[in-house]
Amino acid sequence: MDLELLKRRSDTEWEIAQHGAMRVPAVIYATEQLVREMDHKVYEQAVNVATLPGIVKASYAMPDAHWGYGFPIGGVAAFDPDQGGVVSAGGVGFDISCGVRCLHTGLARADIVAVQEDLAEMLYFRVPAGVGSTGAIHLNDAEMDAMLDGGAQWAVERGWGLHEDLERIEEHGRMKDARPQNVSQQAKKRQRDEMGTLGSGNHYLEVQEVTAVYDQAIADVFGLKPGDIVVMIHCGSRGLGHQIGTEYLKRMAIAASRYGIELPDRELACAPIRSEVGEDYLGAMRAAINCALANRQILTALVRRVFADILPQARLALLYDVSHNTCKIEEHRADGATRRLYVHRKGATRAFGPGHPDVPAPLRAAGQPVLIGGSMGTGSYVLAGTKASEALAFSSACHGAGRAMSRHEALRKWKGRKVVDDLAARGILVKSPSMRGIAEEAPGAYKDVAAVVDAADAAGLARKVARVEPLVCIKG
Amino acid sequence: MTARWEHFVHGADVGVRGFGATRAEAFEQAALALTAAIAELGTVTPRESVAIECDAPDDELLLAEWLNALIYEMSTRRMLFSGFTVRLEGTHLAAEARGEALDVARHRPAVEAKGATYTALRVAREGDEWVAQTVVDV
Repeated sequence: MDLELLKRRSDTEWEIAQHGAMRVPAVIYATEQLVREMDHKVYEQAVNVATLPGIVKASYAMPDAHWGYGFPIGGVAAFDPDQGGVVSAGGVGFDISCGVRCLHTGLARADIVAVQEDLAEMLYFRVPAGVGSTGAIHLNDAEMDAMLDGGAQWAVERGWGLHEDLERIEEHGRMKDARPQNVSQQAKKRQRDEMGTLGSGNHYLEVQEVTAVYDQAIADVFGLKPGDIVVMIHCGSRGLGHQIGTEYLKRMAIAASRYGIELPDRELACAPIRSEVGEDYLGAMRAAINCALANRQILTALVRRVFADILPQARLALLYDVSHNTCKIEEHRADGATRRLYVHRKGATRAFGPGHPDVPAPLRAAGQPVLIGGSMGTGSYVLAGTKASEALAFSSACHGAGRAMSRHEALRKWKGRKVVDDLAARGILVKSPSMRGIAEEAPGAYKDVAAVVDAADAAGLARKVARVEPLVCIKG
Repeated sequence: MTARWEHFVHGADVGVRGFGATRAEAFEQAALALTAAIAELGTVTPRESVAIECDAPDDELLLAEWLNALIYEMSTRRMLFSGFTVRLEGTHLAAEARGEALDVARHRPAVEAKGATYTALRVAREGDEWVAQTVVDV
């Protein structure tokens, strides 16, 4: 991105001044280097989002922002229904409520190393991953609706997990005001056999070791210390979410002109929050959030069973579960008042600061855990929400590394088998049904997650707490 | 002008582009590009046929609708397609997709397509050929 287009507010904050049809400015949080490397499309998309009706304060881009669909990936925008605010299917994305959860294990590195190959094989065998994989659960119509209404709470009631897990999931594991009746039969059909599946692309299940702690006090609250083993799961709402995204994108694109909304880009398709299409989408989107929460909960149960068989001393307690493709109603301070806003986070993580009532009581003093996935060869990070993040970007932070190159380019550059062998030589076991998928997801195809996390920390969006590195990676 | 397809770059995902002497041919080629983003086209035998029909208010939304219909059929039937015949009447599409059941060992699929987006969405006549393109979220 051309720095000439931006006004520098600080080392990590850049403003695109309000111009043209923009209703508010756009703000990018990143270091100078990250901004220079950012696609110009992020500029265009952040500007386009700023033109949408009812947007509050600014259109924000996180340090990992890249070219998305309508909204940049790494985009945050809040809308006020009292001022004609909109909800956008593109602003949530196709993989509704895609997210990350992190589980403690109570184990140390030596425990894993002793059984690493068996553990990797068993996880790969028992956790369905990759294109066309199906789960062991097949939902009938009534159970499908119960799942879409109940989320992770539904899963726990059906025996997929522990009641105490729910306190460690956003919305206590159940997004309220979901409307399963707004979800099409096609979307439900796509999901029928996909519960408890990991998916493909950048989704993964990893067994990781805590290799660094940066904030001792918060790490203590989160229960993380160097050498600890954790499990991270990254996936979303599977076929159901994809289908809802597809259907409502079309409905909103067609309806926008009826609502008098001028779209600078069709992908920005949106509808007033207080409109038939807007309300229908919100109900369906919340059902998809529940689908994602239920899915990660079932995957957690599958992982626990594997550990129970191989490492029976392990106790897999949930640290936290975050979603990074959502639109949620939240209270925020804006223009001197507390307002109920519809906050879109597309490839961005909610990051409530210390003391926020929605952070689980045992973690509240430290702030909400923010889980940042890296590539399979590098590492991931645990951060914590800050008080400052509220004023910066409605309590939001980054979500991952972001790609440095296209899948096509990665495929030309790497061979899947070689990537697997190189990682094995470094003590990281990777299992996947697709060597091409591995090549496309090669560690070198991603940006440096450390630079993204450092920028988020420096900007004050979230506080860097710990780094984790993979020992086992199951890729879809 | 020969009918052909190609992929184009979109940060995290993949752009599919079809060229043809007619709009319908460009749609067929874009569908081939979609399958090629998932698996090697040559590994997919067109032994079974699925009928697809869809409508949209304009050409571009129709292309997205066509690719999304294929994504839906691939997902729910657990199939891959390597042969397409598209007939267009205005913005009504009737097509036949030919393929076979997904065989992970043989097809080695790299990614599943989540949906065809409206990003870089374009259906247009360029000189004496048609181009049909969009970005697919994978």
